[in-house]
Amino acid sequence: METKNAVRMVDITKTFGPVVANNKVSLTIDKGEILSLLGENGSGKTTLMNMLSGIYLPDSGQIYVNGEKVTIASPRDAFALHIGMIHQHFKLVDVLTAAENIVLGLNESPLVDLKNVRADVKDICDRYGFVVEPDKKVYDMSVSEKQTLEIVKVLYRGADILILDEPTAVLTPQETDKLFAVMRNMQADGKAIVIITHKLHEVMAISDRVAVLRKGEYIGDVPTSETSPQKLTDMMVGKATALNIDRPEPENLTERLVVKDLTVVDSDGVKRLDNVSFTAYGGEILGIAGISGSGQKELLEAIAGLQRIEAGGSIVYTPREGDGEAEELVGKSPMDIKKKGVRLAFVPEDRLGMGLVGNMNIPDNMMLKSYDAGRSVFTDRKTPRDLGASIIEQLEVVTPGLSTPVRRLSGGNVQKVLVGREIAAHPSLLMTAYAVRGLDINTSYTIYHLLNEQKQLGTAVIYVGEDLDVLLELCDRILVLCAGKVSGVVNGRETKKEEVGLLMTHLKEEAQA
Amino acid sequence: MKTIQKKESREPLLRISKRDYMPTWQALGVRLIGLVIALVICAIIIYAIVKLNPLKVYGAMFVGAFGTSKRMWVTIRDTMMLLCIAVGLAPAFKMKFWNIGAEGQVLMGGVVAAGCMIYLDTYVPTIPLIVIMFIGGAIAGGLWGWAPGFFKAKWNTNETLFTLMMNYIAIQLTSYFVALWENPFGSNSVGVINPNTRIGWFPHIFGQMYTLNVIIVAILVVAMYIYLNYSKHGFEIAVVGDSENTARYAAIDVKKVIVRTMVLSGAVCGIAGALAVAGASHTISTSTAGGQGFTAIIVAWLAKFNTFAMVPISALLVFLSKGSMEIASRYNLSDYVSSMITGIILFFILGSEFFIRFNLKFRSKKKEASES
Repeated sequence: METKNAVRMVDITKTFGPVVANNKVSLTIDKGEILSLLGENGSGKTTLMNMLSGIYLPDSGQIYVNGEKVTIASPRDAFALHIGMIHQHFKLVDVLTAAENIVLGLNESPLVDLKNVRADVKDICDRYGFVVEPDKKVYDMSVSEKQTLEIVKVLYRGADILILDEPTAVLTPQETDKLFAVMRNMQADGKAIVIITHKLHEVMAISDRVAVLRKGEYIGDVPTSETSPQKLTDMMVGKATALNIDRPEPENLTERLVVKDLTVVDSDGVKRLDNVSFTAYGGEILGIAGISGSGQKELLEAIAGLQRIEAGGSIVYTPREGDGEAEELVGKSPMDIKKKGVRLAFVPEDRLGMGLVGNMNIPDNMMLKSYDAGRSVFTDRKTPRDLGASIIEQLEVVTPGLSTPVRRLSGGNVQKVLVGREIAAHPSLLMTAYAVRGLDINTSYTIYHLLNEQKQLGTAVIYVGEDLDVLLELCDRILVLCAGKVSGVVNGRETKKEEVGLLMTHLKEEAQA
Repeated sequence: MKTIQKKESREPLLRISKRDYMPTWQALGVRLIGLVIALVICAIIIYAIVKLNPLKVYGAMFVGAFGTSKRMWVTIRDTMMLLCIAVGLAPAFKMKFWNIGAEGQVLMGGVVAAGCMIYLDTYVPTIPLIVIMFIGGAIAGGLWGWAPGFFKAKWNTNETLFTLMMNYIAIQLTSYFVALWENPFGSNSVGVINPNTRIGWFPHIFGQMYTLNVIIVAILVVAMYIYLNYSKHGFEIAVVGDSENTARYAAIDVKKVIVRTMVLSGAVCGIAGALAVAGASHTISTSTAGGQGFTAIIVAWLAKFNTFAMVPISALLVFLSKGSMEIASRYNLSDYVSSMITGIILFFILGSEFFIRFNLKFRSKKKEASES
């Protein structure tokens, strides 16, 4: 049966434990079109596409490929249906050559006939304008070469439907242009292409149609020619919803943290933070908004002494009155920062991989912050046990007992333990990253309440968030990051969701340019 | 261009999911079942291959290990040796540092201890000499542990390969010293050191040769348990082992912890070497460690780094090896049969860990029917 649709997904639902990643999502992909799948982080774009490429099985719903109902239980099934996905994190074997990676896993004959592979690869490259050296080892390749190889790999396997998961995140603007040219060539050849992205200008530049997801729900789709970045932003972030979070007026603001010209470059040489400067005051909550991966993690880790900072940056911490001298934090390890008596509390994004030790129980996790107090060779086990018990009581942590490893607690309870511990240390500066991610409403409000309490105690609170509604109702000021740069600082009481949304996607600057 | 043939696919028959918890008694039960199944399978194999009554064979194993007072003490001595090395490995493995180099660390400890016996016998009386031997053995083993720890901390080298290769250096060094101390000339061995004066030998306590071995290892077992579970160092080791990221976050100096822990691990293994020389063989050879540095890895992991749990596990392993040696000689079986029995028993005990950690769920018939 010949249909216009290459793929039709109907009422797809996928849950991970209590988290609904996709809720009755229906999506069609037409033959020969470039479809943008747009949405904030955590909106379920990648999950949806992973079900098409055989990584996940949907909990319910049907998938039709070329009008035929199919079950895609593995990537192999996906390839058999001519569906290929290029993941954000490349799935290549570093020590093999390009050609070897291309045939890897095909298992069609015991002997690998690399000569034919080279010919086929050359054929694909000529057709679409790729450049791939078949005998180059992957570890010698640049990021863009690896991506090209990934695309050639799925084309070699006969893919007619290509899914690219945030392909431009790792590319320079020139490389992006090249990729787009290749995508157009593939489109002209009749391939259907889905590009997952949250960069609006790319959506406008490359796609024929845009489908928008928000919080696991399918919001709708529009032809690109009939929409505008403003309209898409509105679809992406949604209407402002009232949450009625308390926001006491900030009092007695004192300078607590002055960040100047902070630049962080990661091990691949990519600038994660680019000349970031801002000030955080004791007595206020400073929100940090931005598409995920815009440098939030690096910013907090740089302040905590966990990131290498490029020369020229400065982070000056001024404690509360009567609590010591101002300190320059750049160049100090976490050990130094702790020794200097900097009252810094940090609730990291990765709760069990960084903030807590999953295999340890609550008292042992309390000990993480305080185990080295005192001169004894042995750890003090009573204080952390008491602290653990009081956190369980005050924050209503649901746990079978003190001796239960924290990884067995639910996400909300894990977060209560972590936040409870950080607050118990009487911080002057409290940094939280995605503090309410995955938490239910009640627990979220408990966390907001705790943060407000800290603010009223004169603590400088930095709240990195992803939910704009929360940021707009909780924070006194909001700093917006875009691709490692500060794209604006707005007053939380006056700004509009649309304004923050635009700053996040950097449109203001582009519009001006 | 290639295409992949489409195959009918449906829900997988078996889904394996991680169990988050199993009560201790239940876990113990699973291991016991594993042991029983292993014994049954061994019995079937023994009967099928050599047509012997399996119960008799098991009885012979018991006699081999505990049949006479002397045999029992040898079993105890070897258990102590294995236990001592496992105790030494505990901190390294708890830190998830793959110390495959116990063999070398034991040998270096043994070489230094033997050297002390050979060169100091006329100057120092036995008791202080034993103390010197142990300190020297600990330093030598500690150095052998320090090297891979330092390189790992500084340049992130692969500790598995590093510690493994250090073994070969230790073996070659040992053969050098064996040649140097050769006695009598031409025997290509060191022979028993100080056979007449017995200087540097463990003294008999309560009329038994190996009492001191038991005392020393018992102290190490208790001390290491306290160190790992109640000291600040032990806490740091646990955090680094679970997640280096968390350790950095908690302001733990990860590099320092790695180096310090590896020195400690090597030092205890070095003590095991001194124990082997002063308390057991009174000689040194390249086979002084005798592969126990590797067997101890199994002990350490099976015990989940709990030094008290290492006691029965070491005893079981030594019992198996003594017992299998006995049946091999008594029934004229090849050595391989006894290795096979040991292997089958270990396989099932280790295999039972899988059922403790994972849950198996078969595809339910009902769900399938409703789907189609």
